Amino acid sequence: MTDAAKLPVLDIKGLTIGYREKDNLTRVVHDVSFHINAGEVVALVGESGSGKTTTAQTIIGLLADNGQLEHGSVILNRTDISLWSQKQLASIRGAVVSLVPQDPGSSLNPVQTIGTQVSEIFRIHNRGSRQIIKAEVLALLERVGLSQPELRYNQYPHELSGGMRQRVLIAMAIALKPLLIIADEPTSALDVTVQRHILDLIDDLRKEVGTSILLVTHDLGVAADRADRIVVMRNGQIVEQGLTENILKSPASEYTHQLLTDAPSLTSDKKRISLSKQQPTHPAIDIVTVKNLSHTFPSHGAAQPFRAVDDISFSVRKGTTHAIVGESGSGKTTTLRAILGFLKPSQGDILIRGTNLSTLKGEELRQQRRHIQLVYQNPYSSLDPKQIIFRAIEEPLLNFTLFNTQERADRVYNMLQRVGLSPSTAERLPRALSGGQRQRVAIARALILEPDILVLDEAVSALDVTVQAQILELLGKLQQAYGLTYIFVSHDLAVVRQIADTVSVMHHGRQVEIGRVEDIFTNPQTDYTRELINAIPGKRRFNSVQDNFIAA
Amino acid sequence: MSPTRHTHSHPTQAATISVSANEHLPHKAIHTVHFWLGKRLSTLRQWPISLLLSWLVIAVVISWAFIPGLFTAYDPLTGIGKFKLQPPSWVHLLGTDALGRDVYARIVYGASHSLSGAFVAVGLGLTVGTLLGLFAGSAGRKTDTFIMRLVDVILSIPSLLLSLSIIVILGFGTVTAAIAVGAASIASFARLSRSEVLRVRNTDYVEAAFGSGGTFLNVLWRHVLPNALTSVIALAALQFGTAILALSTLGFLGYGAPPPTPEWGLLIAEGRNYLARAWWLTTAPGIVVIMVVISANRISHALSERRS
Repeated sequence: MTDAAKLPVLDIKGLTIGYREKDNLTRVVHDVSFHINAGEVVALVGESGSGKTTTAQTIIGLLADNGQLEHGSVILNRTDISLWSQKQLASIRGAVVSLVPQDPGSSLNPVQTIGTQVSEIFRIHNRGSRQIIKAEVLALLERVGLSQPELRYNQYPHELSGGMRQRVLIAMAIALKPLLIIADEPTSALDVTVQRHILDLIDDLRKEVGTSILLVTHDLGVAADRADRIVVMRNGQIVEQGLTENILKSPASEYTHQLLTDAPSLTSDKKRISLSKQQPTHPAIDIVTVKNLSHTFPSHGAAQPFRAVDDISFSVRKGTTHAIVGESGSGKTTTLRAILGFLKPSQGDILIRGTNLSTLKGEELRQQRRHIQLVYQNPYSSLDPKQIIFRAIEEPLLNFTLFNTQERADRVYNMLQRVGLSPSTAERLPRALSGGQRQRVAIARALILEPDILVLDEAVSALDVTVQAQILELLGKLQQAYGLTYIFVSHDLAVVRQIADTVSVMHHGRQVEIGRVEDIFTNPQTDYTRELINAIPGKRRFNSVQDNFIAA
Repeated sequence: MSPTRHTHSHPTQAATISVSANEHLPHKAIHTVHFWLGKRLSTLRQWPISLLLSWLVIAVVISWAFIPGLFTAYDPLTGIGKFKLQPPSWVHLLGTDALGRDVYARIVYGASHSLSGAFVAVGLGLTVGTLLGLFAGSAGRKTDTFIMRLVDVILSIPSLLLSLSIIVILGFGTVTAAIAVGAASIASFARLSRSEVLRVRNTDYVEAAFGSGGTFLNVLWRHVLPNALTSVIALAALQFGTAILALSTLGFLGYGAPPPTPEWGLLIAEGRNYLARAWWLTTAPGIVVIMVVISANRISHALSERRS
């Protein structure tokens, strides 16, 4: 080993960053110091607002215009670059340090071909003639696992899937074999199985090229799998840092311990939230029955008719939780919309509380909605931005003209309390609430009609792990209190394992497997289910650490 | 944050306040109003100067319309023959016209004619256009196609030509001119509100409202309309400027109010004959119209900025 290899590739010392707004400066990163050695993977873990992205942006000199580096230094390869101009930084971006951005959907230019965009980085840094560059780009596309690189070279971003686009972005990041790659949540917009392939790819490339990686993520599972060392951030400060094994086995701080407890992928089956263990107090009634459900979307122009759901059958017992699991495009949303009566399926029957949905129309269907309610995936879009929380929760009661004004108000405040929100929340607008609070409002709104069935469409996937754990716990409590039946749609098997009693696994519109959660997880029958389970991040180290952690 | 919100506080809060000390209540209320005013003033100070000036222009013009007597002592209709065509001076701020009438007084009194015309025009366009757009965007596909193709046809006719044809049918006068200008703006209001309605209709919260048992009209009234209206309001402010311009144009062409009404467009038209000898007859009302239109534009811009 030479001297250079011993020195850290990146050394951050006392980094303090604030955002200027009008006259005041809000400090978002306080005195952050850590380093990355050559060939090392360091994970920067934290919730939204913890300052991890700001830190990562500063390293590559892409801090927003109103961001300000107050003090501290960023030493990259023995040179302090914290005071460099944009022009100076441009010379090292891509060549010495590069970035894999978060959202592959918006990070590529939609009007340029993949080939043009990948070769741009070679052209910017003046690497070779046109022919040489093209050959290099093709080799690179092949290296990141894209089939038919010649074809991809001339395609536009919209012709590629999310996973393929992320591969293109990785190709751009590794093109000049930089010393350091910053991967900012590189997989959080992707399905679990794709996520695993992408992370494997980054791992392989690191081994091959010897690049160091700074992995910015909110998912402790991903960090546990991939990183040599973990840096945990909260409120702009480093809570603790250390070797991955040590952090997982014996977290020094309360906060890391909390994160580990809350991360569904790192908890074992023993910590189940669902309470249907003591069931069935009610005789086993199937409250929801789906029989041979199929739905085909008609063709538009030249496109073929698309069969989104293909012969799905399952039933849910009263008071239990049934999960529908699948990746994007598996038909789970279509199934859910059919159950809610938002969409008329082409074939099959849906029975809810013994009523066949296909026989209902207009007013009858509206009355049916009193018994089945939906909680949306995104708490930011499912609440009217102009409606105060009180009105939002009261609205369902108004729709069915239930109770008088005073009684309605009582019920709203009562419900606010049940979902763990203070009465003062009632007068606020949604934008004044956090994601977790909004999702509580959405749940309150769904429950005010006292429905029997609650359909949860990825209801926790947009939330931070700690908040996610709180919402799951709330759902558990409410299920116990009201004897609710949940239909829980999710792509996250780790969460499903915690909350569901039965599960159906969907793949390309078909139901590949159905059964009790324990059975599916311990003894999956199909390759696809096995692949899904193996893709849950945190598995690798978890198995060895699990017992220690549970004992602790 | 309006001060009225505080009086509507939660019953239990009100109860605790009255128990604690009754004499505190008025003091507290004054304090709240004070706080509120202070907050408003400080936000006002952060406004760009151009926006402040724009509001000032509109405020002055509106005061002209309501209390013209406060701004000028002259009569806008009767003049003194021997003081005809006097250039601007301290006696006659903006000079006099061919009949010896004070031009400044005529502009001040003309504000009520021009502004009320513009308000009627915008009100008509806003109401009818928004309703049409709301209906087109929320009803079925056939209704939508029918209404929007009709709107396309209206949009294809130059608005001035459309206004003129309507006046020819309805007859001359201030009110008919306003109606004609308003009718010509229905199409653009309908277009904008339809696209906004379509945007809002596809949001999760509208589907959620249907999911919680809302009827079609309920959802339209509670969610679609309030959320679609923000950008329509910005267009209304913009149209206000355009309407004043259009009304002045009609007045200038002789299709608006008859003389001797001191309507701004008519003032410019009447001054045209004396362009060589008395520049102030056309310039003064012209500048006023331009300032009002620019101010309306600036305010509209600020409104649509606040939306995003």
